[in-house]
Amino acid sequence: MERQKLVVVGNGMAGVRVIEEILKLAPGLYDITIFGAEPHPNYNRILLSPVLAGEQTLDDIVLNGLDWYREHGIRLHLGRKVSRIDRVRREVHAEDGTIEPYDRLLLATGSNPFVLPVPGAKLPGVLTYRDIGDTQAMIDASSKHTGAVVIGGGLLGLEAANGLKLRGMNVTVVHLMPWLMERQLDRAASNLLQRTLEAKGLAFRLEANTEAILGTEHVTGVRLKTGEEIPAQLVVMAVGIRPNFDLAQAAGLYCSRGIVVNDTLQTYDPRIYAVGECVSHRGTAYGLVAPLFEMAKVCANHLAFHGIGRYAGSLTSTKLKVTGVDLFSAGDFTGGEGTEDIVLADPGDGVYKRLVIKDDKLVGAVLYGDTVDGTWYFRLLREKRSVADIRDKLMFGESNLGTGGHQGENRAAALAMDAEVCGCNGVCKGAIVKAIKDKGLFTLEEVRKQTKASSSCGSCTGLVEQILMFTAGGDYSSAPKKKAMCGCTERTHQEVRDAIRDHELLSIPAVHAFLEWRTPDGCATCRPALNYYLISSWPHRAQDDPQSRFINERSHANIQKDGTYSVVPRMWGGETNSSELRRIADVVDKYAIPTVKVTGGQRVDLLGVKKEDLPGVWRDLGMPSGHAYAKALRTVKTCVGSEWCRFGTQDSTRMGQELERALWRMYAPHKVKLAVSGCPRNCAESGIKDVGVIGVDSGWEIHVAGNGGIKTEVAQFLCKVKTHEEVLEHAGAFLELYREEGWYLERTVHFVGRVGLDYVKKRILEDSAGRRELWERLQFALDGEPDPWHEPQKAGIDLRQFAAIR
Amino acid sequence: MIKVCKLDEIPRLGARRFHFNGGAPIAIFRNASDHVFALRDECPHKGGPLSQGIVFGESVACPLHNWCIDLKTGTAAAPDEGCVTRYEVRVVDGVVELKP
Repeated sequence: MERQKLVVVGNGMAGVRVIEEILKLAPGLYDITIFGAEPHPNYNRILLSPVLAGEQTLDDIVLNGLDWYREHGIRLHLGRKVSRIDRVRREVHAEDGTIEPYDRLLLATGSNPFVLPVPGAKLPGVLTYRDIGDTQAMIDASSKHTGAVVIGGGLLGLEAANGLKLRGMNVTVVHLMPWLMERQLDRAASNLLQRTLEAKGLAFRLEANTEAILGTEHVTGVRLKTGEEIPAQLVVMAVGIRPNFDLAQAAGLYCSRGIVVNDTLQTYDPRIYAVGECVSHRGTAYGLVAPLFEMAKVCANHLAFHGIGRYAGSLTSTKLKVTGVDLFSAGDFTGGEGTEDIVLADPGDGVYKRLVIKDDKLVGAVLYGDTVDGTWYFRLLREKRSVADIRDKLMFGESNLGTGGHQGENRAAALAMDAEVCGCNGVCKGAIVKAIKDKGLFTLEEVRKQTKASSSCGSCTGLVEQILMFTAGGDYSSAPKKKAMCGCTERTHQEVRDAIRDHELLSIPAVHAFLEWRTPDGCATCRPALNYYLISSWPHRAQDDPQSRFINERSHANIQKDGTYSVVPRMWGGETNSSELRRIADVVDKYAIPTVKVTGGQRVDLLGVKKEDLPGVWRDLGMPSGHAYAKALRTVKTCVGSEWCRFGTQDSTRMGQELERALWRMYAPHKVKLAVSGCPRNCAESGIKDVGVIGVDSGWEIHVAGNGGIKTEVAQFLCKVKTHEEVLEHAGAFLELYREEGWYLERTVHFVGRVGLDYVKKRILEDSAGRRELWERLQFALDGEPDPWHEPQKAGIDLRQFAAIR
Repeated sequence: MIKVCKLDEIPRLGARRFHFNGGAPIAIFRNASDHVFALRDECPHKGGPLSQGIVFGESVACPLHNWCIDLKTGTAAAPDEGCVTRYEVRVVDGVVELKP
């Protein structure tokens, strides 16, 4: 059968992105032809500013070289402008007489710059700022002339002005409005920006109306309404863009300030689709790249006959690409009735942040100087999450930037190219920037995959996102609202959890069948998650699958870099005795264990144990498994408490041991660490534990969701209770809530951050019957749970793994 | 070809380690559809024991840093680059045989 013909008008980022998506979904489905009015292959238009500024070259910003088109058998008509569409014959006609028939047509004609209708607007030396041609003309002009005027103080105008200044011109920006970038910034942030740009040598005329462009043969200057004349041999108009829909309109397609499309990006002619800046979707035209890519994904899906996915519009955020200026804005920050502002202003240090809240939700954010949390605010905005419970901390940002590993630096733009960004994998800024440019990366996921940066502990994610925004330009923080668990499914962790609970799914194959998994037996990411969801949702009913567990939980020891294992026996509350220590010493001698180390969790770690020795080591130790290898209860750290300490108010050691005996063998979404201190001096460091208990004279304070890891997070106060029994019930109920509702690999700090402390309080404090039920469900789940070291058969351990075949 | 073990002695979606004549250990994998594969038990990245990884489809994820190795070819999945020695292996009457 002959392949269907797909013709694309427009060789820009949106159109080509659709093709890339189609090639991924249904390679070979179409015979593809692309028309491009410019004589260049697809390039990253957003990066024209760095090219103008001399920070990148034209070659750097090409996204798909000519060999890409060849490789995929795409017929490319460069420098040929399409003049008309014959919808009856289903043909596209170009100005040079080329005719291409189509079965499906994709319009991605982009937008045209708006030219002010003032005298002199057609003079040589008057440019717009839209494509490679314009950019090259500006670069040429900057080598011949000295004076430039940029009309328009928006994003594009300022980037043009900055670039021309860096190329040695004297630049004046003429702007109609009272402050710069008025659509993206409020006045205070704009003033800071203006001051920074003035320090770079730019001049500004605000609330200034251009009356005429002067000159006869060539531009000589600009006259404002006030009568002032500014001499210039180059005038750049950057006063806005207009969707380019002339072609569509001439073909009789319905247009209204853009080609009108539905949620599948289809126009009023079902054979014709449209994406990008030329489109009007639900009355909105988008000029940023993230929405274009979202559109492309949906459009490709329909063109590939998959027929799923709808485009429901995008929220956008803005980033100015002027080196040394960190600026971010998103959402609606005009204020107005019912909105509240949280503002931090430190003009001396060049930092300004304004968050706009409405009905307990973040609706807008403007950041200047310190933009590291921009992506977090943008996420809160998109998710429309209530911020009532984190209001007091909102201004100070998320834990998306850890404290360690990048020398405390949190401004990506200021970082040197050789500065280490990812301390785990040793990736410096230069390597990330190079990968983004060379491989045309657009998302955090792609950067993680290619460079490994931010793929381990994740503490540098905020920095990497900033570098991505800066290097690739525009808004690349637009991770999908719905994040799939892994490549095997489109379902989110929440959807999978819900399905397992609501439909009583009891095995991994049952989940795969019910949720239509794409792969026969999942992958190393989803299988451990599914296994955990099954056993935590259906204790004693769902069967644990050891082959779906990470090696540590399969061999019940912690794998080390050389393939040996570490063994940590449990010491209740960190208390031990001579007999245990003697046995440990004997085991170390008998099995020639090279390293013995005291851990941070008040236990002893035996490192370098050979796999075949593990069963013998466990047997000879005669101590319970410490689960130091598992997503499970690890330690309960305690201080000596009132039994010995002259300050102790409570018997913290006994409380800790009671907690540990009640909770050990408890699997969870991630590791769980507890601590009990006997007085507010807090020697057991209860403030940074998943559950931290602090004894006071009148009882116990319970704090939850602390974390001493990547980013130190102080635990939040949950409640104060009187008795040991109450501590057990509250701590247990909180952990069962986490076990039942947390996502796999989500620590309590992130779980509580996601659902909100108010929700936790509602479930644990306000609903006392519910709390008791949670606590009972946890006890039911743990009832009869074996110690894997001493009841391996019951724990389902495959003992054959400890003997190699010879 | 030498006889290694019965197919049943390798867990489905798992692996066993095989030491032959004091040579480098070999990992013998069995996937969900009972196909067997044999690779040198050493990840091309940092030498992790692949026999301890999670097996899925026709791949194994290294337990140390989660590189995915193709069981049929021994090559690492992109963007990682590397390759590990393969061994010829087959099942005859329920017995795994390998060419060392």
